[in-house]
Amino acid sequence: MIEPTAEQIRDQELYKEMGLTSEEYEQVKGHLGRLPNWTEVGIYSVMWSEHCSYKNSKPLLRKFPTTGPRILLGPGEGAGVIDIGDEQAVVFKIESHNHPSAVEPFQGAATGVGGIIRDVFSMGARPVALLNSLRFGELDSSRVRYLFDNVVSGIAHYGNCIGIPTVGGEVFFDNAYDGNPLVNAMCVGIINHKDLQKGVAVGVGNPVIYVGASTGRDGIHGATFASEELNESSEEKRPAVQVGDPFMEKLLLEACLEMVEQNMLLGIQDMGAAGLTCSSAEMAAKGGQGLDLNLDLVPQRETGMTSYEIMLSESQERMLLVVEKGREAEIMAICDKWGLQSAVIGQVTDGNQYRLFQHGELVADIPVNTLVDDAPVYVREEKVPTYYVENESVDPTDALANIDANEAIEKILQSPNMASKKYVFQQYDYMVRTSTAVRPGSDAAVVVIRGTEKALAMSTDGNSRYVYLDPVNGGRIAVAESARNVVCSGAEPLGITDCLNFGSPEKPEVYWQLSKAIDGMSEMCEVLQTPVVGGNVSLYNETKGQPIYPTPVVGMVGLIEKREHITTQAFKQNGDVLILLGDTAIELGGSELQQAYTATIAGRAPILDSGKEKALQQAVLTAIRQGLVQSAHDVSEGGLALAVAESCISGNLGAKIQVETDYDPTLYLFSETQSRILLSVSKDKVEELVQTMEQFHVPAQVIGQVTEGNLEVHVNDQLVIDRSVAQLTNHWEEAIPCKMTASSTSTN
Amino acid sequence: MRFAVVVFPGSNCDMDLVHAIEDVLGEEVNPVWHHESDLSSYDAILLPGGFSYGDYLRCGSLARFSPVMEAVKKEAEAGKLVVGICNGFQILTEAGLLPGALMRNDHLQFRCEIEPISVEKADSAFTMHYEQGETVQIPIAHAEGNYFCDDETLQRLEASGQILFRYAGKNPNGALANIAGITNEKGNVLGMMPHPERAIVDWMGSPDGARLFTSMLAYWKENHAS
Amino acid sequence: MYKATIFVTLKESVLDPQGVAVKGSLHTMGYSEVSDVRIGKRLEVSLDASSQAAAEEAVTLMCQKLFSNPVIEDFRFELEEV
Repeated sequence: MIEPTAEQIRDQELYKEMGLTSEEYEQVKGHLGRLPNWTEVGIYSVMWSEHCSYKNSKPLLRKFPTTGPRILLGPGEGAGVIDIGDEQAVVFKIESHNHPSAVEPFQGAATGVGGIIRDVFSMGARPVALLNSLRFGELDSSRVRYLFDNVVSGIAHYGNCIGIPTVGGEVFFDNAYDGNPLVNAMCVGIINHKDLQKGVAVGVGNPVIYVGASTGRDGIHGATFASEELNESSEEKRPAVQVGDPFMEKLLLEACLEMVEQNMLLGIQDMGAAGLTCSSAEMAAKGGQGLDLNLDLVPQRETGMTSYEIMLSESQERMLLVVEKGREAEIMAICDKWGLQSAVIGQVTDGNQYRLFQHGELVADIPVNTLVDDAPVYVREEKVPTYYVENESVDPTDALANIDANEAIEKILQSPNMASKKYVFQQYDYMVRTSTAVRPGSDAAVVVIRGTEKALAMSTDGNSRYVYLDPVNGGRIAVAESARNVVCSGAEPLGITDCLNFGSPEKPEVYWQLSKAIDGMSEMCEVLQTPVVGGNVSLYNETKGQPIYPTPVVGMVGLIEKREHITTQAFKQNGDVLILLGDTAIELGGSELQQAYTATIAGRAPILDSGKEKALQQAVLTAIRQGLVQSAHDVSEGGLALAVAESCISGNLGAKIQVETDYDPTLYLFSETQSRILLSVSKDKVEELVQTMEQFHVPAQVIGQVTEGNLEVHVNDQLVIDRSVAQLTNHWEEAIPCKMTASSTSTN
Repeated sequence: MRFAVVVFPGSNCDMDLVHAIEDVLGEEVNPVWHHESDLSSYDAILLPGGFSYGDYLRCGSLARFSPVMEAVKKEAEAGKLVVGICNGFQILTEAGLLPGALMRNDHLQFRCEIEPISVEKADSAFTMHYEQGETVQIPIAHAEGNYFCDDETLQRLEASGQILFRYAGKNPNGALANIAGITNEKGNVLGMMPHPERAIVDWMGSPDGARLFTSMLAYWKENHAS
Repeated sequence: MYKATIFVTLKESVLDPQGVAVKGSLHTMGYSEVSDVRIGKRLEVSLDASSQAAAEEAVTLMCQKLFSNPVIEDFRFELEEV
């Protein structure tokens, strides 16, 4: 292909194809003092894409609290870093790979996992766990089944092969995601403080070293692709799909960590979105230095690649290093041991120019700060959507009268959203590294830290139905619920990483959703003292002009001080007393009951009182540390009824519940009022537990006991649920496999 | 007793095995890079799980040509204990140290879960601390654990007591005769799909794998009781 | 220079679960005329050899030693001078 000239780019407005607006093009001209060439336009367009610059979300993201006494590093580097004592820290981040997964689910999901792992080990940390958060349309569609099956096997393929356990996650099905699935992947690592790395280029004359897979023409312009709405032409427009090679990444991981251990690196950054461009420009900008790269030295898999193609390729499993001059041989030796190719491709220079050379010619010459610091920032218009106003007057209970609770519990246990996700997680190796103490399926996964008594609890959450109905409360709930999950496993919540999956910010209603959700999340993060240490924004998640539900996904990490504090949701022993913490109101907007019986959502989401939430979490953590708690389970989707049923199923025990209420029994049992936790406690500890709850002003109500019989629920002395646990278990376990085998999808 | 854990590029259960030996036995254990050509100073050699060479071409097919495999063969012939777990089992069959082959699971998916495993023979070097016919809980995690061999080989395995472990629940991968682990004729080389190193203490979900390692130590002591 | 195109397939006697699954999908799609599907691998190997016979011998050995597992797989190949 013959590249257009600078004049053609201007006259034919070719920059628009790469995603730059006319105003942005003018700014580029201003920065350069001349017309940009093809390579330069390409570089600006990816660096100024939403994916790399956050130009549409930056002003909103500033609202997040990002500091705290334990925070060693907040947003900005590859991943956030939080102190966990003993000179160790936890490093974690979540990132989306939505668009690539929509067009090539297996490789899209696999390379999403590969990318987030690199973000963590490029900080110098040893990755210890993976989680994910997935959203699909309904399983009745064969396309959705195909996407679901291939996304799951793509995640499994990458994580299993590289040997990092996939310990948890969530899967949610709703028509809102039919054309636009969400694939968010999270990685958690552990680091010694002294090993913490930075993505900087420092020291004039120091070499820039390329390590890992060769560069091909795959994924060119992926970051721009990710910043546009999906439409009919997306299939054709998509860049050549990147193929993940977890084996290569395993070698890269071990080699990089060996370099870290031997203290060889001044700077290290993953070549992820926008490939060599983004990694090198960011390293130079952060280091306050210029950079010269000789593209002839970049290892290439294909012949005749142009500078544009080399710079914008998103080939996977590549890393960029800056080391002290003279230490190149040491780096090469480690790469040789691991069978990795490496090459010195440039050097750090004095000044501020980012210069690229190919075939002896200068092919790009850009003031580096203009790529990173001078990216445009947009504050968009906000508008309250009509649906939100209309929902004000909707009472969800109107459509939910006279529902039989027995029928409701079976129906909801079989909803793919509430049903067992064993079909998914049995495909993940969740035990490799032999540290997994709580396996997938409880409130949070728990990974022990070898050589200490400590463990990390982690969970991903985000109920987008709530966020759609009420972004502020929904935002609060996303953070609160993930913290509650971590607390229920015996951990103190430390901080979050978030992935904000929304529609087009150019739509005022969508921008309003984003803005309000961030308000709610920020407030909850402040109250719970769980700052945001990093994350990712994925906008333009729309098909045919229809945005997805606003979906902030929260990845929470908590610290368990002692292994004996590790707690699960499963009932443990016949005769244990069941205690419900928190008050119950009738709140059914966006609930599972509403979705199951009306096939839609309406009204307002449950209200979350951040003060009550904080007290509840502190009280439960205190009780767990006092050794008073046998099991703890967050009461969330499906309300008290589902919480009890899930604890019965996972403990293979029954329960007898007796409660009093003035409300309709079914509405009471399935209400999704927030800030509630279900505990089971041995008889002799009940008094002490109630006292602890009183200290924190948390309402505690004895509602029954664990049995070896059926799940029996009596409301106002009337038996409203009576089902054998084996039967419920069967419904719950078979729901997804049943949907998947109804008509088999293709293999990969 | 000295243990070697062979590390191939792409192995990922190597450190888990090292930790298991340290935690269960407290004996000396060293990770050994696949370039090593002399293993004579070790009493037992462990081939870990993982995806050696990415499991490209066929699981274990490329690892078989690593320099270290000559040394493994030599020590196996000398009667040292050799255990291949998961990918290690696949490598041992590819290398011809054990009969048969491990094919793709019949349901085509990767499968990770704790499985009931029956101990078919409790008088071996690897199982002396188990009861004959006992069912133990040990995790599996593989996509290619579907054991296959021809009829003649199967009859020989059955007749000479080379089948040490079988799946006791629902067959998780389609393995012939529910085979989960076999030895060579001499009984000093074991290949098994389940991961004993992932089941050594209660919080892992089961402690039942630990006895495989204690059996090996006891066997070694019996034979080196001087 | 020779180019060998090698086909490795599961032996007739060995169940091919991938093939069975694909056949099932084809039937669901309405291709009821499909009676069997077998899936295999295709490898392209470029090599230098002094003659066609020498190339053939070398490729046969590669197939036996590495490309196929004789316990479960068969192989065949086509060889052309390029």
